Amino acid sequence: MAIDHDILAVRIAPQDDPETDFFWASGEDGKLRFKRCQSCGYYSHPPTPRCPKCLSGEMVPEVVSGKATVLTYTVNVQQWVPGQEPYIIGLVTMDEQDDLRLTTNLVGVPLDADNIIGMRVEVRFLARDDVWYPLFVPEGTPE
Amino acid sequence: MSNPERLSFISGVGRSASGRRLGRTAMDLTLDAALEAIADAGLTRDDIDGIATYPGGDAIMSRGFGGPSASAVQDALRLDINYLYGSGEGSAQLGSIIEASSAIAAGLAKHVLVFRTVTESTMQGMAGRNPGGGMQRMGGFLMQFGAVSATNWFAQVAQLHMHKYGTTREQLAQIALTCRTNAGVNPRAVYRDPLTMDDYLNARMISTPLCLLDCDVPVDGSTAMVVSHVDYAKDAPHIAAHINAVGTAQIGRPSWDQYEDMTSMLAQGVSKHLWSRTDLKPADVDVAELYDGFSIITLAWLEALGFCEQGEGGAFIEGGQRIARTGELPINTHGGQLSEGRLHGYGHVYEAVVQLRGDAGERQIPGAEVIVAANGGGPIAGAMLLTKGIRD
Ligand SMILES: [Zn+2]
Repeated sequence: MAIDHDILAVRIAPQDDPETDFFWASGEDGKLRFKRCQSCGYYSHPPTPRCPKCLSGEMVPEVVSGKATVLTYTVNVQQWVPGQEPYIIGLVTMDEQDDLRLTTNLVGVPLDADNIIGMRVEVRFLARDDVWYPLFVPEGTPE
Repeated sequence: MSNPERLSFISGVGRSASGRRLGRTAMDLTLDAALEAIADAGLTRDDIDGIATYPGGDAIMSRGFGGPSASAVQDALRLDINYLYGSGEGSAQLGSIIEASSAIAAGLAKHVLVFRTVTESTMQGMAGRNPGGGMQRMGGFLMQFGAVSATNWFAQVAQLHMHKYGTTREQLAQIALTCRTNAGVNPRAVYRDPLTMDDYLNARMISTPLCLLDCDVPVDGSTAMVVSHVDYAKDAPHIAAHINAVGTAQIGRPSWDQYEDMTSMLAQGVSKHLWSRTDLKPADVDVAELYDGFSIITLAWLEALGFCEQGEGGAFIEGGQRIARTGELPINTHGGQLSEGRLHGYGHVYEAVVQLRGDAGERQIPGAEVIVAANGGGPIAGAMLLTKGIRD
């Protein structure tokens, strides 16, 4: 279920922020959550205290399927950190809502694959120092 | 005067030395540029009654991304002024020039000194690379995934553009090749040696599909201008670079990864806004000075500004003839940030003024009378249409 090996030599931790702490802790139980409006059902990312659609203040983290489609990506080659191997940064659209997007890393995807855009992916978590980073693997990857 | 921005024009331009690792302070460079601009406008510092800059702040704290604050320059020149502005928000780097224009239209000032100073080359040499630069505050949900550089953010735009529209690396290369050709006749450009398609295709990859030659080059340098009320145009020593229209709209989510059309940028809304404020059309534009922090940004501006349809930018620049100095729409006639160096938006405006005056020497575009200058990429955008001489 979890990802043990980090493809990044240095992974920048999120800053403490009461608005977003839930997001980075969500993966502790293996589930991805986004804030969702209890009035109109809209998911908001990055999280906001009010619904950007209907302005309701009832925004509650809700579990999502963790399934997504890759909208676009890049293979980072430049060694911003010495010794860093190339890795894939992906922008994925969650199944729940066509504008619920997340920048992430794609793991277990060949760097030279020509079918990455449009690829079906699902979430896995990388745990580091009480942060659960949501990364994505090809859908159906054995747990 | 149909638009308030037509109450102002660029009366003077000035530049410090620019180049790699000059080892001079931001204030030192800024004063060179400022004094040159004031003199070029036919003014003295006593005439300056406003000052504006992008992004304001402290050059040391921002590792060379920001220049001196507007108030620091005010104090260094012992100016008494009626208007002061410095911000990294607004319509990209151009926002500071638009702010000067707005202050003049509001009657708050007559001659506003504007400047943009960078010392990123020297600061990087002293402290190592600084991926993300001054934009880290925007990277709240990007940095954690190794998307630490603007290269990564724009690479995803380029990748989707190629996937969706069939744009090729050979097409995108024309931005870099065109800039280099133009830089060859610009003595102030950092990179002037000819560049070939093979050079481009063999260049080191940074973040696919963007290679080293898709990325601009950090330099040290300061660019300054004086924005004056049109009442001064008849007395000014140079023909006016008149502000015909500005584009400042922010339409859609101002985000690196949440903007709806990820093949483009906020350039789309700014461009619509610009054209809504003038009777001039894209076909009237003689030269386009389009921000090129990364090559894909220039392509996005070409599409957003309506020189071609969305998605057709690759075909538009194919072969490079159309955007060459001899083509129907010369771009980045100074070599852009890709080859002249990252003066961060102001270099494009400076070049626009020089072209409108007919002072560009070997790289002069004959009959350049309408020039569009656009700044910024991603969630940051501003544009300005300049004409040779005052037009109502
Ligand atoms: Zn709602």
